Formats: sequence, structure tokens, C-alpha cells
Amino acid sequence: MISTPSASGPAISLQNVRRTYGTVTAVDDISLEIVAGSFVALVGLSGSGKSTLLKMINRLIDPTMGEVLIADDNVKAIDPHILRRRIGYVFQNIGLFPHMTISRNIAIGLELAGEKEVQSERVAELLDLVELPQEMASRLPHQLSGGQQQRVGVARALATRPGLMLMDEPFGALDPVTRDSLAGQYKALHEKLGLTTIIVTHDMAEALYLADRILVMEAGQIKADATPAELLSGGVGAEAEALVAIPRAQAAHLIALGETDGVKKA
Amino acid sequence: MTEAWQQAFSRVPELLAAHVQLSFSALLLAMALCLPLAIWAARAPKVAAVILGFASLVQTIPALALLALFYPVLLGLSALLGGGISALGFLPALLALTLYALLPILRNAVTGLTGVSPAAKQAADGLGMTTVQKLRLVEAPLAAPTIMAGIRTAAVWTIGAATLSTTVGQASLGDLIFAGLQTQNWTLVLTGCLASAGLAIIVDLLLGVIERAIRERQKMMAWGAAVALGIGLVITVLPTLNRSDDVVVIGAKGFSEQFILARLIGSRLVEAGYEVRYQDGLGSAVVFQAVASDDIDIYVDYSGTIWTNQMKRTDTVSAEDMVQEIAKWSLSDHGVTMFGALGFENTYAFAVRPEDAESKRLRTLDDLARVSPEFTFGTDLEFLERPEWDMVQAAYPIRFKESRSFNPTFMYPALSSGDVDVISAFSSDGRIAANGFVVLEDGRGAVPSYEAMILVAPGRGGDDNFLNAIKPLVGAITVENMREANYKVDREAAKQSPRQAARWLDEQIRNRKINK
Repeated sequence: MISTPSASGPAISLQNVRRTYGTVTAVDDISLEIVAGSFVALVGLSGSGKSTLLKMINRLIDPTMGEVLIADDNVKAIDPHILRRRIGYVFQNIGLFPHMTISRNIAIGLELAGEKEVQSERVAELLDLVELPQEMASRLPHQLSGGQQQRVGVARALATRPGLMLMDEPFGALDPVTRDSLAGQYKALHEKLGLTTIIVTHDMAEALYLADRILVMEAGQIKADATPAELLSGGVGAEAEALVAIPRAQAAHLIALGETDGVKKA
Repeated sequence: MTEAWQQAFSRVPELLAAHVQLSFSALLLAMALCLPLAIWAARAPKVAAVILGFASLVQTIPALALLALFYPVLLGLSALLGGGISALGFLPALLALTLYALLPILRNAVTGLTGVSPAAKQAADGLGMTTVQKLRLVEAPLAAPTIMAGIRTAAVWTIGAATLSTTVGQASLGDLIFAGLQTQNWTLVLTGCLASAGLAIIVDLLLGVIERAIRERQKMMAWGAAVALGIGLVITVLPTLNRSDDVVVIGAKGFSEQFILARLIGSRLVEAGYEVRYQDGLGSAVVFQAVASDDIDIYVDYSGTIWTNQMKRTDTVSAEDMVQEIAKWSLSDHGVTMFGALGFENTYAFAVRPEDAESKRLRTLDDLARVSPEFTFGTDLEFLERPEWDMVQAAYPIRFKESRSFNPTFMYPALSSGDVDVISAFSSDGRIAANGFVVLEDGRGAVPSYEAMILVAPGRGGDDNFLNAIKPLVGAITVENMREANYKVDREAAKQSPRQAARWLDEQIRNRKINK
């Protein structure tokens, strides 16, 4: 099953998946196996097709051709609304409902599923999980900071205990400090709950830090498929090299700065 | 003064009830139409363009014209469906006002729905909401304040425009305004304005509170205002609920003589134990249809009007023959009883200032034709479109320099002040004699005779008690008495209400009977 209470995330299989818009091919014949419980990052420039690929998994977009399987279930056979209720989805613009309290925002998935009784307990549990104080429950979204709002976004996605989390640039709009702490906390949650997570990002540093497998996309195709360590050691293709080069150069610059500073002090 | 105010205000509750009933029915109907359309339009930009385009187009039609347009449309529809649809009163007013209320509701609802943040919609999809759930839980609540603002605008417009429904025979607070304008009774006009403006302001305030409450998510406040509004509506509509069914509706066209004669007939019917209601300000074209379809029970019309407008006759016969032929025709073709002539005539009379009559030697319409290229012609709102004008033009070579249309009230002052040089006055109007105007003779008999006569609806034609009550009026009103009664209402000083003038006229009738 896609979601299980003890939460071991499902495996995902994409078979010859293609998506075109008129003459433009967004995703070009991709086949891919994702092991249960893995943390996969889709990295690429804007327009490389990574978001489209992600949205074909929860049927926000249907593929023009090819099959998507979650734990051996073909998503085509599942009503999209039912499918999406079993998959956690977090995206850059968060999309909290401005007219609902934080508590109702978090519990909305349960409300859709018709689970009314345990809502307040579950909300309390989720607030703890994403490290938000309990008194936030009665507030409205606009009273929270951007980082707090995205914590609520993550809590909302986790409310129905999905095994699979799809995250589309989830921390892209946050300041670097918040972003770093939230990413770290999410990684811990991923491990604690045994989730399968697929995250879309254009930030290679974030991908290297979070994921155990990185897919580099360009023009609708996967140009590199490697672990963070393999990527850093090189030899996985020019596209990946170009993306890795940026954090590497930044890191080198920082180290160099530190050394010059040290010389001056000495 | 206080008596005039009391008299004006005594009519408010009943008219307010009709006004509220009409404007809120139109508003609710418009909402029921708009909300599904807006949901559709918000999802399909092409649909939105078509629907909003139509609503904007409707808005460019003056409300008065929109009301008038529904009359022929409904008549045609009624004929097509074999009758049964009333082309007058509530239905045309309801339809016109509903169309009028569409635009603000539609525009705001579409704006509100399309303005819901894409992030919230994406989240709704991502969470697995169905289309209906998304609408109910996300789109509708987020668009609600904007939609409410549109409803509020529509409510204020509708309440304002409902005053115009008087012209198609639907009772409203406009009855006071139109009647007051006609008789220059400013107390009546002000009362109508104050009542409709007051209603609009109160409704706007309450809907405003609801709008704010929705925006600020204060459920108690929203419900409180909604309940207050609901209770208010019920209270204002109460007078119509306990109104008995057997009320005689007396029709009147839009001038003083008609108001007075309607009250005269009304007072006789009240004496005979009937409950009566007045439907003032009906247009010449609609009033006969109204009596034929039992929308009104009785009214006074003029033989020449029926002859030319309804029977489409252009030949001229003697006054008595005309009345007889009309009686035959109205009964056989429409079931309307011509109960009898009142005894006076109110024909179109061309009147000029006495000094012009003297200096230019004006005595007949032939004389008028001679000077017509230098003359400006003042008429009421319908004369230039009436067949009588064609008849006059056919008989006399009249070509005026210019024509101007007035509400009849302002036609006489316009002649006095020299704004116009000749007017199409009414021969029973007291203001002709009072101003010393000279009436020009129709030597060639171009204008048909206009005997005032009582027309009774098919539904009352067999009611002997009813007919006996008005029988004493037949042949009982002299043109002198009618003129004087009209003048009591139309004059500037010591103005009387149509009811007071009708009472005076009634006394004259009774005295005459005694003296005979």
C-alpha cells in the first residue's frame, strides 16, 4: 500500500514517461526506479522538466505516454483525489488557506478523509513534530513567519500519514538560516518516519546535503543519476559537473577567505 | 402641511412592502442566476467574456427603457403560449430589475473567484480536494467578501431602480414620486424619495456589516446582521400578507384628472363595501391591456384614444357613434365593458398665449399652420408619437420650427414663460383658463372626440353591486367641474390632493342630482 501507519515509504517506478505541451517536450521518455525509503533530489535549471516529472507522480499532471507505479499500483487506476490524499505534497508557495486556522489547515486532509474524532490530538502531535508551539493552533496563517508557515505546510502534508512525500522547491522562498534548519529537521523526520521523499530543487548544495540519490535533469531528460559522494568525486557528466561546480567554488572561496584572514591576524 | 405629510406617509407601508417584495425577489433571482454562471465563467475565460459582455450591455440600457421593453416581449410571449402571462405589474418589473442586478453580482463573483490565490488552489488540488470540495472549502469562502460587495451594489441599484416600476403598473415607492411629480405635490415626491433612499441606506448598511464580518471572519457579526435584515424584510412585507384577496384595483394614467377620477370611483366603491387600491401612472398603451387582462378592475379612458390606439381607426365619426362602436368592440374583442361616458370631453387642444393670439390673429389651426415655421411646439411625452398628430398634420400644413416634449406638469409653465409658443394641451385642464391661454379651433375636425368613459374589466362585468356603485357617475361630470377639480390639484397655491379634489367633485355631482 501507498500509506501504512508504521510508515515505510513505497517504491516508485516510472516507465517510459513522456509529457509534451504542443511541440514542447517537458519530460522526454524517462524510466526510473526509486527504492522504498529513499530520499531523491531532482536537480536542474528552470524549465528542465523536474517539476513536471514530480507532478506526474500524484497526477497533478497526467503523462502523455508511459506509466507511473507506486508500490506496484498504477496511478492511472486510482482516482486522482484518492491518490493525492495518500501522498504528501509540499511546494514553494506553501498555499496555506488564509481563512482557516493553523489547526484546521493541518487537519484539512483528515477532514477530507472524514476522520473527525482524532483531529485535535493529531494536530498537537504534528505541531510537535514540526517543532511549532501548541498555541499556534488557533492562529491564522498571516500571523506566522514564512518559516513557520512552511512548517505548517509540512505538518499538513504529513497529517494523513503518507508514506510518500513530494516536495517542489519546499524551502526555496525562505531565508538561508530558516531554510537550513528546516531542511535539517525535515531530513530527520524523513528518517524517523521511514518516508520515501522526492524533492525538486535548483540548489545543488541543498540536494547534496539532503538526498541519498541525486538526479540531474536537463531538457526533459536525466543527465546524471548518482549519490552525493559520486557527484562530488566527478565523472558523472558535464551537466552535473556544472551544477556541482557552483557550491564547490563557493566553498573554496570561503576557505580561501578564511585563510587570508588568518594570515593577516598572524 | 402636516396633513399633507400624514396623507403621504399613510401610503408608505403598503408601497414599501411592494417595493421590498419586488426588489428582493429580483435580487434573489439575480443571485440564483449569477452564482452558477460566475463559477462557470471563472473556469472558462471565453464564457466570462460573453456573459460579462451581455451584462454590461444590459446595464447600458436605461432602466426605464428596460422596463418598457419587457411589456411587448411578455405580450408576445403570452400570445405565443396562448395567454396567461401578465405583461404588466410584477413580472416585467421583476425581470427588468433582475437583469439590471446581474452585472455587479456577476462581475464581483467572477473577480472574486478568479482572484483566489493560485497557491491556495494548488494546495487544494495537492491535498486531493474534489472540484466541489475546492469550491466549498477554498474558493467560495475566499471570494465571499468580493461577492458580497457585488450583492450590496446590486441591492442598492435595484432598490433605486424599483421606483421606476410604477410605469409598468407595479406598485412601488415610485408611485409617490410619479404622482407627486404629476400634481406638483412635492411632499409626495419627497416622501417617496426619503422612503426609498432610507430603505437603500439601511439595506446597504446591513449588507456592509455582513461583508465586513465575512472579510474579518466574524461569524457572530455576519449572522447577527443577516438575522436583522431578515426580520426587517419580514416586518416590511407584512402589510401585503394580511391584505385581503378581494381588493378592487383602480387604474389611472399619469395625470391629475386620472388620479381624481380614480379616487372618485374609489370612494363610491368603498361606500359600497369594497376595498380598493390605486394603480397610478400607467401608460396609455398599457392601461387598456391591463383592464382586459383583469390586472386592474376599472379605469377611465377617452374614446379617441381607444379609437386610434387600440382599434387602429383613422376615420372620424360622430362622438355618440364612436362611443357605441367602442362599447361593441371592447366587449366582443376583449370582454371589457364600456360602462358609460362621464359627460365631459378631454381632447387635444392647441393652446397659445393670448398676446400671440391677438397680434398674430390666431383663431384656428389653419392660422397656426400659417405661423408654424416660426413657432416652437411643446407637447407631452407621447403626443408626437400618437396617430392624432398624424391626423392633424394630414389635415393642416403644420411644420414647426422645433418640438419639445415635457412632463404635462411643465408644459403649461413652458408656454407662459415663452420657452414654447404653442402646446398640445388637454381641453379639460384647468390651467388653460387659469393662464388665459387661447385654444385654437379644429375647423376641419381632424382630432377625434375624446369622451371620458368608464371601462370595466371582464372579471367585474357581471358584478351588479360593483356596477351599481359607479352608475351615478355616468353622465354626471361637466367639463367645467372637471376643469375646476383639475385646477385644484394642478395650481401652485392652495394645492389640494387628488382625494380632496375628488371629494369636491363628488359633492358637485350630488348637488346637481338634488337640484334636478
